[in-house]
Amino acid sequence: MISQSITATAIVLAKSAPRRRHRLPVTTTVGVALLALLILAAIAAPLLSGHNPETVETARVMGAPNALHPFGSDVLGRDVLSRVLFGLRVSLLVALSSVAVATLIAVPLGLIAGYFGGWLDSLISRSLDMLLVLPALLLAITLIAIVGPGSTVAALAIAIIYLPILARVMRTSTLVVSRQEYVLGSRSRGASAWRILSSHVAPNAIGPVIVQASVLSGFALQLEAALSFLGLGTQPPTPSLGGMLADGRDVLTQAPWVEIYPGLAIALAVVAFSLLGDGLRRALDPTGVAS
Amino acid sequence: MNGLAFVLRRTLLTIPVLWVMSIIVFLIIRLVPGDPVRTMLGFRATAANVAEVRRQLHLDEPLLQQYLDWAGGLLHGDLGQDLVSKAPLAELLAQRLPVTFELTGLAMLLAIAVGVPLGVRAATGGRWVKRLTSGFVVAGISIPDFWLGIMLVLVFAGTLTLLPPSGYVPFGDDPMQNLSYMVLPVLTLATAEAAYILRTTRSAMESVLQRPFVTFLRAKGISRRRITYGHALKNSAPTIVTVIGIQIGVLLGGAVIVETLFALPGVGRLIVTAVNQRNYPTVQAGVLAIAATFIIVSLITDLFIGWLDPRISDGASR
Repeated sequence: MISQSITATAIVLAKSAPRRRHRLPVTTTVGVALLALLILAAIAAPLLSGHNPETVETARVMGAPNALHPFGSDVLGRDVLSRVLFGLRVSLLVALSSVAVATLIAVPLGLIAGYFGGWLDSLISRSLDMLLVLPALLLAITLIAIVGPGSTVAALAIAIIYLPILARVMRTSTLVVSRQEYVLGSRSRGASAWRILSSHVAPNAIGPVIVQASVLSGFALQLEAALSFLGLGTQPPTPSLGGMLADGRDVLTQAPWVEIYPGLAIALAVVAFSLLGDGLRRALDPTGVAS
Repeated sequence: MNGLAFVLRRTLLTIPVLWVMSIIVFLIIRLVPGDPVRTMLGFRATAANVAEVRRQLHLDEPLLQQYLDWAGGLLHGDLGQDLVSKAPLAELLAQRLPVTFELTGLAMLLAIAVGVPLGVRAATGGRWVKRLTSGFVVAGISIPDFWLGIMLVLVFAGTLTLLPPSGYVPFGDDPMQNLSYMVLPVLTLATAEAAYILRTTRSAMESVLQRPFVTFLRAKGISRRRITYGHALKNSAPTIVTVIGIQIGVLLGGAVIVETLFALPGVGRLIVTAVNQRNYPTVQAGVLAIAATFIIVSLITDLFIGWLDPRISDGASR
């Protein structure tokens, strides 16, 4: 059954092998543009905001939005716009670095498990499965409980959560690619395992992992915000989107802008990553290995 | 006969999974770099303080001995003591778990009640239905649950003052008030879930509706309605139930945030408070309780899927 479906997938993959030029769907363009905008805004935060995100202005406590402070001020009179921009920096950094770390470890593990099979596969797959026993957020909270809170710990915890998911996708994708004729051909010519993996299997099998990684980046951002919201991620006074939501909770009805904008920023970033993921899926993973 | 063998096999399989999970929860606290006692006592603690607390928590014993003591206690229902209140953890969990179960159970029911019918409509309806439901999926998945919760409080508790913003009354004390406190947390938790279930139902239905037997049913002149609900939905059910089973794990994780947000005295809030107090035995017990719940729910969904689709239980027991 499994080998049949793998053969079927292989045929579809082989058919789509000559890379046709893909016209990007509108949603993908929107996703890419939105993400580029958010990343640019995060990088250019000091230029755009015009205020220090940590400067306390007692005269502006819970000040409503105006021309000078378009997003208003928070409970300590700090400028919400600049805090959102600087918070976005931390959030994007944590999200992207955690997924990058997870991908860097997952790709070789998935390649080895999928290509060599046998006891190596069982060892790698079963060990990674163990990480999936706990719900993601709980695993992160448990890790942070031991090491102590902070954005680096949060990033590592998120990387550990996504490692098994990405490794599993890489393994499946490697299984499909390893059964193709050009890999068999290379093997029969006596190429070393290292050479086959690095020049044939890895480049052809990586697509679905990239798709999955882009989708997970959005969820990583959400997870970082959730941890910071619980007080376990980025620590004050460094602005973080989740931390801002926690700060403004008590003044929700008096100063809703303290809550609305950071939440919108998180939602926009997650939408951008998932639209990007959808677009990449059409281009890199037409058979849906990633899902 | 085959069915019974499947039930037995699957149920017995839960024992090693629970065992592995207990080892993981045990090891995470002890093997991850960083000293829980150091983190607990802070920077000013002397080496003697640290050693004393390590002894009290039996962290100075050999790892195997620690595990055997801890697992032995677990089997007798002894989860240890809360470091702050000194209350037995089994008792604390018995108070907290019903709240978490009520929250996640109601949220899942609501998500299924919304997600499945909309998913069916999304697979069979016209262009506008498809667009609207896709919009709901994207929004539901992207909006962080804690932000949605805050916005719901702003609208329903702040502006309209229809519902209480946070708090809890046990169901046994006053069922109506209990439910009024549950409305916003359940909505918060259920929205993303409904979006996932909608998406799964839609894709499962779309693929089933393409199968030859559906064409045959159409040719036989069976009404569209009966094909959709009587045949296609029935055949999609195993896929939908599988995803629901997995998503319960996500809900249990999400409960941690929602309970904190709405001040519900569930296990999730217990864990967060315990983490902030560096109260390890409680973190360990809370995580263990939620992970065990998840494993048992997975067992129940698998058995249910076996019943829905006898091919699965037959194949597995052969």
